[in-house]
Amino acid sequence: MTAHLTITQAGPALSLQDQGRAGYRAQGLTVGGAADRTALFEGAALLGQPATHAVIEMAGSGGSFTSDTDIRIALTGAEMAAKIDGEPLVWGASHRLPAGAKLTIGGARNGSYGYLHVGGGFATPLVMGSRGSHLAGGIGTVLHSGDALPVGPDAAQDVAMTLPKPDRFGGGKIRLVESMQTASFDAETIERFTATSFRRDARANRMGVRMDHDGAGFATGAQLSIVSEVVVPGDIQISGDGAPYVLMYECQTTGGYPRIGSVLPCDLPRVAQAQTGVALTFEFVGMEEAVNLQTRYLAALKSLPSQVTPLVRDPASIRDLLSYQMISGVISAAADPFEQES
Amino acid sequence: MSDWPKIRTVGLSGVLVTFAGEMSEPANRAALAFRAAVDGADWPEVSETSTSLVSTFLEVDLASTSPQDVTERLEELLKSRDWFAAALPAGRTLWQVPTLYGTELAPQLEEAAEVAGVDPDQAIAEISASRVRVLTIGFAPGQPYMGELSDTWNIPRQQGLTKSVPSGALVIAIRQLIVFTNAAPTGWRHIGQTAFRTFRPDAEMPFTLAPGDELTFPAISRAEYEAILAKDTSGLGGATREVLT
Repeated sequence: MTAHLTITQAGPALSLQDQGRAGYRAQGLTVGGAADRTALFEGAALLGQPATHAVIEMAGSGGSFTSDTDIRIALTGAEMAAKIDGEPLVWGASHRLPAGAKLTIGGARNGSYGYLHVGGGFATPLVMGSRGSHLAGGIGTVLHSGDALPVGPDAAQDVAMTLPKPDRFGGGKIRLVESMQTASFDAETIERFTATSFRRDARANRMGVRMDHDGAGFATGAQLSIVSEVVVPGDIQISGDGAPYVLMYECQTTGGYPRIGSVLPCDLPRVAQAQTGVALTFEFVGMEEAVNLQTRYLAALKSLPSQVTPLVRDPASIRDLLSYQMISGVISAAADPFEQES
Repeated sequence: MSDWPKIRTVGLSGVLVTFAGEMSEPANRAALAFRAAVDGADWPEVSETSTSLVSTFLEVDLASTSPQDVTERLEELLKSRDWFAAALPAGRTLWQVPTLYGTELAPQLEEAAEVAGVDPDQAIAEISASRVRVLTIGFAPGQPYMGELSDTWNIPRQQGLTKSVPSGALVIAIRQLIVFTNAAPTGWRHIGQTAFRTFRPDAEMPFTLAPGDELTFPAISRAEYEAILAKDTSGLGGATREVLT
């Protein structure tokens, strides 16, 4: 029998997400997928399964859920108050959700996007190679109260596992590289841009995050005459009112607004997770440093399964932590974490 | 020495080859032909390619592939022929899309005509007789940017944004037409309404159009439009197609 997770009460912005559907940019569709890619890998490590499984993304707040069979869950991303039948759950950990028990997840306390993962992943039909809703592109919808999502077969059993607490919810310094239109901004504008402290605006969604600041807007001399060019997630677009938007995975594929630079993929989860009002600054790095930072990030994602520890034990008290076999080898440490399953 | 074509990196996401600083037919054909050649070369580090109006984008993970290597290969390919003289892609389609001009379903026909300096009937006669080409697909899934119309239609975008035009809306600005994929805000003027769906995610071929396809938008009456809505289940809105050779 296929297990189902039923959403008994849906928060306003729940959607099914995975690593998105690549390969359709030429047809006008960007990759889409989870706003915080790192969370996909954390949930996968906690449950001992591939990071390609679909998960529920919860923007701002969660909802309540019940399963018709015993399943495993993991909670990652922005910390939210979570309970099973009134018993508080540790965030950033895996748990058993018994059949019929009520899982409730509240509002985000320290970030924007929380994630609910299930053992085996959600087994909804693939649409063009992905289960993710691309809300801007018109694929799928937000999830509603009463939706019953099929859960795939779960190959592992471990629960009550956790990871070191992630630190990507407080904004801070976001690194970017020069991109194709950076040179159309003059040096003074670039300097002022990198010296400015921005605040994450309330205007933010899966397409982009607006940055608010004091003082004059930013512009290029060629602002209105730039021919439309390709847009990629991470691009910082300067819109007509002079405010920067960091474009996210559900952005458009082309655009005529100039882009001052492009956020490194490894820093994009911190942009996605910054709460409204949180301070962010932008710093240009050279290509070589960008490559090093991104390579280090990918290596860290690969090593996540080796950092999973039992929830009840304080990892600081274990002397030779690395000698422990914490989980069975569902994920190879040598595998490419971005490789899609077919 | 011309500044074009230009090769530039796009963040860590890839490399862009731009053929001109503004829209032109030869630069658009160059971008389409160059993309076809890159696809044909089948370089393993290129995960996908796309074109916008006058450029070709190669998605390459620049964290694992050196931009210099890609650039050198692209320079070789650029030198191999005159891309501005390239032919249009093979296997193109001509679409005739029935269009209701004006009425409350497309309320900016009169305004667009006035800006262009023609009367509304003349506007309908001209646009419905124009044959345009898909210059690029972008912004939304399957959404075509089509051109170029005669210089009469070199009208600017409006100052403000229209809050939302519906799916299937035919809009006009800067000698180009767009059929909207999804309801969206726009600065272009809404002159016609079609039942033509450019993106059908559940269909076997989800994207109706490809760059290089050509379209006409013959005028139909309100009654004919309603009849199409009532009987069409394909999502093509009564459009007919033929293969262009």
